[in-house]
Amino acid sequence: MSAEFAPSRLYAILGDNGAGKTTLLRVLAGLTPPTRGTISMLGATNLRSICSQLGYMAHPSLLYDEMSGMENLVYFTRLYDAQSDDQRCAEVIRAVKLDPSLTRPVGQYSQGMRQRMSLARALLNDPKILLLDEPFSNVDLRSAREMVSLLAGLRDSGKTIFVVTHQASLLEGAADEFVWMEAGQIVSRTPDLRPPDTRSETP
Amino acid sequence: MSTLASLTRATLAKDLRLEWRSKDAINSMLFFSLLVVVIFSFSFDPTAEESRRIAGGLVWVAFLFAAVVALNQTWARELRNQVLDAYRVSPAPPNALFLAKVIGNFIFVTVLQALMTPLFIVFYNLRALGPAYQLPIVAALGTWALVVNGTFFAAMSLRTRSREIMLPLLLFPISIPALLAMVEATGAILTGEFSAKFWIVLLAAYDVVFTIASLFLFGFVLQAE
Repeated sequence: MSAEFAPSRLYAILGDNGAGKTTLLRVLAGLTPPTRGTISMLGATNLRSICSQLGYMAHPSLLYDEMSGMENLVYFTRLYDAQSDDQRCAEVIRAVKLDPSLTRPVGQYSQGMRQRMSLARALLNDPKILLLDEPFSNVDLRSAREMVSLLAGLRDSGKTIFVVTHQASLLEGAADEFVWMEAGQIVSRTPDLRPPDTRSETP
Repeated sequence: MSTLASLTRATLAKDLRLEWRSKDAINSMLFFSLLVVVIFSFSFDPTAEESRRIAGGLVWVAFLFAAVVALNQTWARELRNQVLDAYRVSPAPPNALFLAKVIGNFIFVTVLQALMTPLFIVFYNLRALGPAYQLPIVAALGTWALVVNGTFFAAMSLRTRSREIMLPLLLFPISIPALLAMVEATGAILTGEFSAKFWIVLLAAYDVVFTIASLFLFGFVLQAE
């Protein structure tokens, strides 16, 4: 695969199951090494050197079920900064429309709340690049739309965002580009949601 | 160095909090050790002189198997919800995670030892005929040897399909020199028949070598896919 992505844009990565969308995100996050070739992000080919500028949200929550959302975020801030910043944690929790004073453990959250807390964790270090794997799965429509407008706002503030999703229609009007994947390859990049094989048929 | 220390502290505090809330490791460790003490006390005459000779082996068998339970739990909670990936994508030094896990396991096993030692003394009628002050030194060095290797190999077997079987398979052979030293030193102190100093020095050297090697290699283990 060979591709270039411009900064400050929101990319929706689409494709069937097994198309390689999650693998692409994991490679960009530096979690899975590419089988061959190199990746250059923010001018660096060593992804370890820029990991503090990446935000990664996986399909699982990447949160400890036994701790509250705030406790989780306070711990994760420490991974980026020697001093934990409770104010920053509360700010990102509020940004995803959750309550920072919620004391119940994440394990008792609904799936939608867990997804939003997981997004809050990815935003914690104010990353320049956001890699989001299925952020809207199990999230109710209203909350999903709120998440989309949050992402659009982040893009407008200069962040580059990659969203892997099966609910592409949510990103219509918000995403700058729809990237279609098949068998580990990018088969098409379109400015709107119409799949590549139907574009020529449209009058 | 201050980042390493502060992150180690934060990760250790998080692990202790998780264990306090779930009690996954400590409950299974306690139950397992209690079982060993009771079953072995049925098999041997607790008043016999022989029990003092074999006590070193018995005590460490109980603690070794109990430690394996804790070691498996340590990483299992990092695999739930793939939380380990959140650490891997962060700029946090891998050794902070490793040291926190080792210290956490050291605390769990030490708590277990503190709870089980009175039972061993009662069930096996134990009294040290040698220098008893050396026993805590052997316990601390022996426990460190177990948990430093155990934490490292548990991380190595993390992504294997049957990691709970893999851990003892990897850990026990490499721990043989440490196990020998622990058992011999404990036996020497309890019977008072010979000096435990050689075995204590061997244990200390083992701890230093394996701690340095594990710290050096853990980064590769953590980032391996």
